[in-house]
Amino acid sequence: MSDVSLKSELAAFRMTPGLWTIAGVAGFALLLVIGSLTGAIGKDTFAYRVFIDPFAQMVEMPDLFAQTLWEGLVGGVLYALIALGFVLIFKASGVFNFAQGIMVVFAALTLVGAYEKLGTIGIRGEAAAFIALGVALAVMLALAYAVERVVLRPLVNQPDIILFMATFGLTYLLIGLGEAIFGGNPKVMIADQLYLPRGAIDLNILGGRVTIQKLDIAAAVIASAMIAILALFFQYTRIGRALRAVADSHKAALSVGISLNQIWIIVWFAAGVVELVTGIMWGARSDVSFGLQTIALKALPVLILGGFTSIPGAIVGGLIIGVGEKIGEFYWGPLVGGAIESWLAYIIALIFLLFRPQGLFGDKIIERI
Amino acid sequence: MSAAAQPGQTSDPADIILSVNNIEVVYDHVILVLKGVSLIAPRGGIVAILGANGAGKTTTLKAISNLLRAERGDVTKGGIEFNGERVDRLSPSDLVRRGCIQVMEGRHCFGHLSIEENLLTGAFTRRDGQAAIRRDLEMIYGYFPRLRERRHSMAGYTSGGEQQMCAIGRAMMSRPKMILLDEPSMGLAPQIVEQIFEIVKTVNGKEGVSFLLAEQNTNMALKYATYGYIMETGRIVMDGPAQALRENEDVKEFYLGVGGEGRKSFRDVKSYKRRKRWLA
Repeated sequence: MSDVSLKSELAAFRMTPGLWTIAGVAGFALLLVIGSLTGAIGKDTFAYRVFIDPFAQMVEMPDLFAQTLWEGLVGGVLYALIALGFVLIFKASGVFNFAQGIMVVFAALTLVGAYEKLGTIGIRGEAAAFIALGVALAVMLALAYAVERVVLRPLVNQPDIILFMATFGLTYLLIGLGEAIFGGNPKVMIADQLYLPRGAIDLNILGGRVTIQKLDIAAAVIASAMIAILALFFQYTRIGRALRAVADSHKAALSVGISLNQIWIIVWFAAGVVELVTGIMWGARSDVSFGLQTIALKALPVLILGGFTSIPGAIVGGLIIGVGEKIGEFYWGPLVGGAIESWLAYIIALIFLLFRPQGLFGDKIIERI
Repeated sequence: MSAAAQPGQTSDPADIILSVNNIEVVYDHVILVLKGVSLIAPRGGIVAILGANGAGKTTTLKAISNLLRAERGDVTKGGIEFNGERVDRLSPSDLVRRGCIQVMEGRHCFGHLSIEENLLTGAFTRRDGQAAIRRDLEMIYGYFPRLRERRHSMAGYTSGGEQQMCAIGRAMMSRPKMILLDEPSMGLAPQIVEQIFEIVKTVNGKEGVSFLLAEQNTNMALKYATYGYIMETGRIVMDGPAQALRENEDVKEFYLGVGGEGRKSFRDVKSYKRRKRWLA
């Protein structure tokens, strides 16, 4: 009896492509380990340097590994935050918002610019910083309103590519506007005035010292909190439910009396808040300049990895890309002369596309048969 | 045969919840779909619009609920009055707020939301508080016990009948005065269709919700409706109380499929074509 069931189970066992991949990787790794242990792969061969040496380093110096991992995670959380802005807008208004990056810069510039203006009329310090924060939020709300009025509403029902091109227009408009109002020079983020911590903590662990910037901790905590708040908002509130309904079907949402215009304003504003937070964090880590908008391009591989419509996907994708590029840079970078951080993410995304075009968490396609 | 004939005996304007007055609808600025449609729905009644594919039933309903504009359609002539108020320039969300909601053809539930979340989206326009909404949710589950069982399932995974119930329940959550029900029988088993029509009748009787339904299933629609309009190629070609339509020879032959006895000769087919043309 048990024999029969075992047989049928064996018969039901099939090598799926996924299993083949795992088996292949495992076999290859086994081969390498045996090779290096028996001395078949010499220390100066290419295979040793690519496949053995980096892992040996990770094991030998766990403190360095932990440091790299932490830096990757912080970068990843911030990528996730940018990707989240994309996902929000893409889900609700079906627009791929190319202007995301410049909106991050614009939000941060508004914050710093408003603070400087307040300084000229004698308001300084923390009070000014928080007034400036309010001003920046108001500007993002106005921007959301303007985008809905001027871009989305007149272009409703047009092909996606037209809306996409419209966001290009928005990008250059914001660049021009930003330079005209705030000037092109890099500015310093008002991190201290916003009670963001500075300095570092040294941890003596893993037989070495791991340095953790307090600002990075704050960034990770704030970004995580932001993501959690958005998730709860989406899941449990009336507006959140309406947002998901619009993402599901514009027409049906319209038919139950959900006003698309209102939802679009809310979504673009929510994305604006996310952008402002991203701008503050990135701005505090480097400075506030127009160069910052290129980090938004890093969100593209994150989106490909996580799926364009998935919030968990944006988070996991962000972490994978963040950690992947830091570890890649640190351990494999020297092999090709370094600086692979700038393109590694795109290569990861490209390879990923070949195997799973809908992304890790791309929208589940519900099909009734 | 006047298209604007009064359904039943109502003549008091207060008894009319919806009146459509000689409307023309154009899609994409060129395609004329409705060529002067007029109809009247009495308060608390069930009125059916019947006709074949492409006759303009759905367009008529969408013109009323104003979902038309999202599909690049436009009412170019005539007017629509709901509850004594001109509504042809209002947005769908304004109309839902005034108590007129459409259940679209093909159900259109939110596939990635649970049944209960679907029902709750129907209450989006309401401002009367959580308690009232909860109470109505219970009422919906009372009418559709099946939905209570599936309340936590994703709507995309439920059966066609359950989705139709969900779509009707979702519309009821907005506390409507009138539901525009488009093709509720589409793709459903006859037994389920009967069940759905029974519920429509109960809701109509108990909650006083008026219905305007578009149907291809003439037989079913005329069984439950009080008054019917028959459309062909963008015009209303015949109307009358459901009883009268059921007994009309032409309706029997063209829509109910119960023609004269015996095999038809070639000559009959000719006359059929002739009469059909006249009817159109």
